[in-house]
Amino acid sequence: MMIKEIIFYILALVITVFSIMAVNSRRLIRSATYLLFVLLATAGLYLLLDYHYLFAVQVAVYAGGIMVLFIFAILLTQKPGKNIRPEPLLQRVMAILLSSAGLIFCGIIIYQSVNRVYHYVEKVEIPVKEIGSTLMGTGKYEYILPFEAISIMLLACIVGAIMIARKR
Amino acid sequence: MLLNYSQPLELNKLTSRIDAALHAALPDYWAVTIELVLVGILIIATYALLAVVLIYVERKITAFFQARIGPNRVGKYGIFQTVADVTKILIKEIIHINRIDKFLFYTAPFFIIVASILTFGAIPFGQGLQAVDFNIGVLYVISVSSLGIIGVLLAGWSSNNKYSMIGAMRSGAQFVSYELSAGIALMTIVVLSGTMQLSTMVESQRYCWNIFNGHISALVAFVIYLISGHAETNRGPFDLPEAESELTAGYHTEYSGLQFGFFYLAEYLNMFIIASIGATVFLGGWMPLQIAGWESFNQLMWFIPSYLWFFGKVALLIFFSLWVRWSFPRLRIDQLLNLEWKYLLPINLVNLLVMVILVLTGLTLTDIFY
Repeated sequence: MMIKEIIFYILALVITVFSIMAVNSRRLIRSATYLLFVLLATAGLYLLLDYHYLFAVQVAVYAGGIMVLFIFAILLTQKPGKNIRPEPLLQRVMAILLSSAGLIFCGIIIYQSVNRVYHYVEKVEIPVKEIGSTLMGTGKYEYILPFEAISIMLLACIVGAIMIARKR
Repeated sequence: MLLNYSQPLELNKLTSRIDAALHAALPDYWAVTIELVLVGILIIATYALLAVVLIYVERKITAFFQARIGPNRVGKYGIFQTVADVTKILIKEIIHINRIDKFLFYTAPFFIIVASILTFGAIPFGQGLQAVDFNIGVLYVISVSSLGIIGVLLAGWSSNNKYSMIGAMRSGAQFVSYELSAGIALMTIVVLSGTMQLSTMVESQRYCWNIFNGHISALVAFVIYLISGHAETNRGPFDLPEAESELTAGYHTEYSGLQFGFFYLAEYLNMFIIASIGATVFLGGWMPLQIAGWESFNQLMWFIPSYLWFFGKVALLIFFSLWVRWSFPRLRIDQLLNLEWKYLLPINLVNLLVMVILVLTGLTLTDIFY
């Protein structure tokens, strides 16, 4: 139990520190890298919960997919060594205030409401077959409709991207 | 049971004995910690040792393909050549370069090596010789290995060098596209064997390797996996990211000493990892050659330790990869992307569908014959 807590605090520290660094960095690509660390630490939290499937998906989708796209976009649009101008002070203070307000809002909701209704699920490794049949099933608590809706939306995104990128 | 005596060289007895001794002598907590550290050290040591062996093997085989002798000065047949090279690279100066993005420049090699080692840990080397065995094994391998590309992109960017940048961009495009093919090819086999866990996958191939079990479809998946795995490791004929004649060395042009060593190590080990995942998923992994009904023959095959079977199969695939490397000229970037998106991917998707139909209609070899 002890070791899990230590690992959790390390991961939490990594998430917090790198989130702040990602927002504060003057170079876009460094921000992207710090964000990647945050996402990887989140994957670490899933690993800590023994939820291996979500861990693998988090790493594959965020690190393998989205971060590569981010970095690609930055490589194509930015020059190496160029710094972003810092935002004006007023804007930064406003941003800090707004984000702390959001944090407090979410924190209260989680503390007041979610805290009362949650219960610990039994910690077992969920078999992939179960995840698959839940995702593709049509019964109660099975999710084929959202799955298909998301796939259609992604298809629409791809078609849209091709339309924009096509040379004509 | 006869098998207990017929496997004198298996390592799982040794490991379980160490495990029992540790648990007897120490509290559970410390025993587990010590085991974790031991496994970690073993994995990293194997990783480094394999790299040394692989580099020697590659240089020797390359030499034979090109009708040369290859390394032949250090030790008999030059077998200590790579040991000398490794010692040299360890004590080499790391050249510090101005006007680079220091943080990213020094992190990039770690991304590549960590991704490579994480994947390495999931390989079942033999009976009971697997460090990480999640029930999502194949998915874990695919997802973790995709971390390496970030290292390549960051290395190319932070070097502040046009050649590195072009190399990194090519590498990114190549990796992202071929990862898709490799993933879908592996998924085809997941459909066939009905599990993602590597250990159960090996176990289920006892009498019939997946490549035979799924006949047409598995064979197509195997070929596609080999092509795309080869492309993922950035080795010829897909070595555009480092194309020496155009880009000096691609994304690792500016690296020196041990940092370059990391890239080099990861490249060789990625070749090994691709080959061993291929061997595990398609060719039965560490499972000795077994034929249903031939009991004495099966017993005889078990006398050869499982890790030797594994390394034999892997060596075959690595030799194949080297053969391809020195037989084909380098592709152009447009040919490379055409090959993936216009040929491999459509074939792959159809192949996945065919495999589903094969499994559902019961036309796999095990369904027909057993």
